[in-house]
Amino acid sequence: MSLKVEIELTLNGATARASVPAHWSALTALRQTFDLAGAKLACGEGECGSCTVIVDGESVNSCLMPAVDLNGRTVRTVEGLWTDDGVDPVQRAFIEKGAVQCGFCTPGMIMQARYLLDRNSDITDAEIRRGLEGNVCRCTGYTKIVDAVITAARAAA
Amino acid sequence: MSKVIEKDILVGTRVPKMDAPDKATGRTRYVNDMVLPRMLVAKILRTDRVHAKILRIDTSKARALPGVHAVITADDTPQFGIGVLKDNPPLKKDKVRCIRDEIAAVAAETEDICDEALALIEVEYEDLPPVFDCTEALAEGAPVIHEDRPDNIAMVNEFSSGDIARAEAESDHIVEGDYNVHYVTHCNMGVSCAVADVDYDGKVTLYSQTQYPFIMKMDIAPSLGVHPGDIRIIQPPVGGAFGSKLDVYPYEPICVFLAQKTRRPVKLIFSRSEEFIASPTRQPVEFKIRAGMKADGTLTFRDIDTLLNNGGYTSWGATTPYVTMRTCSSHYRVPDIKYRARAVYTNNPFAGSFRGYGNVQATWAIETHMDRMAEVAGLDPLEFRLKNANESGDVSPQGSKLNNIDLKGCLQIAADKSDFLKKWAEYKEGWNKPGRYKRGIGIAASLHNAGGAKIHKSDGCGTILKMDDYARVTVITGASDIGQGIDTVIAQLVAEELGIPVRDVTLVMNDSATGPWDVGVHASRTTYIAGNSAKRAALKAKEQILRGAAKQSNLTWEQLDLRGGHVVQADNGEAIIPLDRLLRQMHFAGQDAELVMVTDYYEPPSEPEDENHVGDMSAAYSHAAQVTEVTVDTFTGEVKIDQIWWVQDVGKVINLTTLEGQVEGGIAMGLGYGLSENLKIENGIVKNPFFRDYHVFTAPEMPPIDMTFIETLDEEGPAGAKGIAELPTIVPAPSIGNAVYNATGVRIYHPPLSPETVARALFDADAGKAMAAE
Repeated sequence: MSLKVEIELTLNGATARASVPAHWSALTALRQTFDLAGAKLACGEGECGSCTVIVDGESVNSCLMPAVDLNGRTVRTVEGLWTDDGVDPVQRAFIEKGAVQCGFCTPGMIMQARYLLDRNSDITDAEIRRGLEGNVCRCTGYTKIVDAVITAARAAA
Repeated sequence: MSKVIEKDILVGTRVPKMDAPDKATGRTRYVNDMVLPRMLVAKILRTDRVHAKILRIDTSKARALPGVHAVITADDTPQFGIGVLKDNPPLKKDKVRCIRDEIAAVAAETEDICDEALALIEVEYEDLPPVFDCTEALAEGAPVIHEDRPDNIAMVNEFSSGDIARAEAESDHIVEGDYNVHYVTHCNMGVSCAVADVDYDGKVTLYSQTQYPFIMKMDIAPSLGVHPGDIRIIQPPVGGAFGSKLDVYPYEPICVFLAQKTRRPVKLIFSRSEEFIASPTRQPVEFKIRAGMKADGTLTFRDIDTLLNNGGYTSWGATTPYVTMRTCSSHYRVPDIKYRARAVYTNNPFAGSFRGYGNVQATWAIETHMDRMAEVAGLDPLEFRLKNANESGDVSPQGSKLNNIDLKGCLQIAADKSDFLKKWAEYKEGWNKPGRYKRGIGIAASLHNAGGAKIHKSDGCGTILKMDDYARVTVITGASDIGQGIDTVIAQLVAEELGIPVRDVTLVMNDSATGPWDVGVHASRTTYIAGNSAKRAALKAKEQILRGAAKQSNLTWEQLDLRGGHVVQADNGEAIIPLDRLLRQMHFAGQDAELVMVTDYYEPPSEPEDENHVGDMSAAYSHAAQVTEVTVDTFTGEVKIDQIWWVQDVGKVINLTTLEGQVEGGIAMGLGYGLSENLKIENGIVKNPFFRDYHVFTAPEMPPIDMTFIETLDEEGPAGAKGIAELPTIVPAPSIGNAVYNATGVRIYHPPLSPETVARALFDADAGKAMAAE
C-alpha cells in the first residue's frame, strides 16, 4: 500500500478533505478522489495545458503539482465556474463563439483564459495568444478561442 | 384572424455546437474519463526491438504480483491478424517487426500495479537485420519482414490512361522532380483508450474512440473469436480522431481479451509518449514525377511513381494511394496519366489514415511541381494553373465527373484578394537584393472528394426520426461525431424542415445497438451523407404530419407547411394548428392512432472504382485554393506566416461557425505539416515522442486567415452542401513552399520547412552559387 497523506483545501468554494496517495499528482486527486474530471490528463508532462486549474490565483499544470501540495490551497476547476450567477463569461463565450470542437483541451483552455482575464481584463489579442501558448488545441486553430476570450473580456468590462 | 408565420431559415446561420455547453462546463465524460463498477486498468508491454525473433516470454513474476488479475501473451489469445491485410496479430508470437509491437498485456487493480507487473515480464529476443528505407527494402537480399511476402511489397496500386510515350513525344517541355514527404502523427488531445466489458454469454461491449463503429464490428470480430453480431460498439465523446481511428488497432482486441479473461470491465489507456510511438502515422511517400506540357503551358502528361513507407504492418495507410491517385490523375486537365504506388514493408512504426488521406502528400508534390512547370513555361503561377484548371463538365481520366466545381473561381478569388500577382512579381525582384528578411507569396490548390467515397459496398447512412407529443424530435443517426459537430448540422437540417427550434432536436448517436448503419466518419462525407439521410427522414416525417393535418382541413397536404411550431397554409403562412396539438391528436386517435416515426437509408449516387481504378467514386467533388504570404529570416531559416487567404467551394454553408472552425483547425494542422511537425524516426525508433519536441502549432504562431466560401449549390448535397473538412489540411504546405521559393529563389522539395531545413537549403544554394562563380 502506498503512503497516504491527509489534505484539506478550498475546492470550488467549499472545504474538501481527503486522504490521497503521496505520489499522486494534484490532477489525479482532482479526477479520482474528488470526481472532478473536467481537468484532463493529455500529456502528464506539463506540455499541453489540458490539466490547467487555478490554485491561489495562479494557473497551474495540475499534472505536475503533487497532490499533497493542494493542502491549504484554494483551488478552482472548470466545474467551479458555473455558479449561482450562471456560467462564467469565458464559458459562455467559448460556447457561443465556436471555440469548442472535440472539447478535450477546453476545460484547461477556459481556466487559463479565466486566469489571464483575472490578471488583466483589458487584454490584447497578442497577450491572449501569448498567454495561451502552453495550451495545445488540435481542432480549432485557436482563432475562435482567442475570439471567445476577447468577447469574455469585453463582456466583463 | 389567425397569425402569419414566416419560414425560419436555419441553414447558413451560426448555430453554436450542441455539445459545447457540456464541454465548456466540464460535464462531458470522454472515453478517457470512464469508470465502470469493478473496472480494472490495463497496460501493454511493447518491444524495445525493431526486428527480432521472440525466443521466450516469461510472465510468471508478473502473474504472481498482488493486484494483478491477468497477464496475457500470444499464447493466451487467438492468433488472427487485424488490419487491411490481416497481417497484424494483436499480440506477437514469433517475431516483432517494429518498435511498437505488443508482447504482453496486464490487467490490474491500479495503474501503478500494471507498471510494476510490466517491469517483471522477461522477454528474450534474437535480433534480425532490420530495414528502414523503401528502396533498400525492395533490393534483392533485403531482410524479409513478412515471410509470406518475400518482396516486402504490401500493396501495389497502378493506374494508366492514354499513351505516355506519345504524349512525351508531343511535349515541348518535360519537368522532372523528386518530392519526399515525412512522418507526422495525429496528436489527438485524448490519447488512445478503450473500455471493454464482456457478459456471461460472451457478448462484448466496447467503449471505443472508433470512427467506424459498424464496420469495426466485422473487422474486430475474427481476432476475438466472437461473432460480429455479439459486439456492441459504444462511442462516448472523444478527444479528437482526425482519421486515426479508422481501423482496429491491437490495443482494442487486447482490452477485450483482458475483459474476457477477468470477467470484469477493463480500461486500457495510453501514455502520451506511447501515443506518439504506437498510434498510426501519416507515412513518408517518395514521389518521382515526370510531367510534360506544350510550349504554351498546356499540360500533356504525368508519369508518377511513388513509394510508401508502410512500416511493419498494413493498416489503411497502404490504401491512401486511392486518394493520391485521384489527385495525380484528376487535379488539373492532364490527358495522359501513369501512376504507380508501392507500399513497402519496413521496420518502422506502421502507417494509418490521417485527415487528407494521401492527398496531403499528393498535393505537396503536385502543387510544388506545378509551380516549377509554370516557371519553365514562362507563365506566372496563377496563369499556369488557370490555363490547366478543370471546369464543370470535365470527366477526369479516372472517371470523376467534375460537375458543378469552381477551381478557377477558387484560384482567382484567392489571387485577387491577396493582390497575388503584384506581390509575386515584386518579391521575386528581391532575390538578389541584400537584406536578412525576404518576403514571399505562394499559391496552391487541390481537389478532394466532397460527396463521400464509395470504397465499401455501401457508402450510406441510416436515420431513425421520431417525434413526441410535445413536438420534440429525436434523431437517431448512424453518423459518428469526433468533435466536428455533425449533431448540430443534422439538427439544423431537421429543424428547418419541421419548423421547430434547433434546441427541440435531440441527437442520439454513437451506439451501434441503437444507431442505423453508417460507413463511418471519414472522407469529408458525414455532412453530405448523414445530412442527406436526416433531411430525407425529416421530409418523410413532414409529409406524415401534413397528411394528418390535411384530414382536418379543406386543404391538401401539399398546400400546407410547418413553420414556427405550427402547421400553416404554405402560400400565406397563416397558422392552422400548433404542431404539438396536432401530434397529440394523431397519436391519441383510437384505432387510427399514428406516431410520427420514420426511417431513411441514404445511398449516394456514386460508383465504386473498377479493377482499373476508373469510377465516379464520389457524389461530388470540390476544390480549395490558398495564397500564403511569408517572411523568411535568411539567417535563421525561420519562416513566419504573415497572412493566409483561403477560398473553398463548399457547395452551401450550413453552419458558418462550425465551417470556419473546420477550416481554421484544418489549416493549423496543414501549417504544422508544412513547417514544424516531424515525427523523427531513426533506425525504427521514435526520437521525439513528446509535444515539446514534436511541435504542433500554438496560439501565437497562427496567422490571420481571410476566408471566402464559394456556394456552388450541389444538386445532390443536403441544402446544396458539399463535404469540407479535409481540404484545409491538404492545401497549406505547398502554398508555403511556393511562397518560400518566391521569397528566396530556393526551392525546397521536402517538408517540413523547419528553420534547419530552410537555413540548410539557403546555405547550400549560396555555396552552389559561389562554386559556379569560381
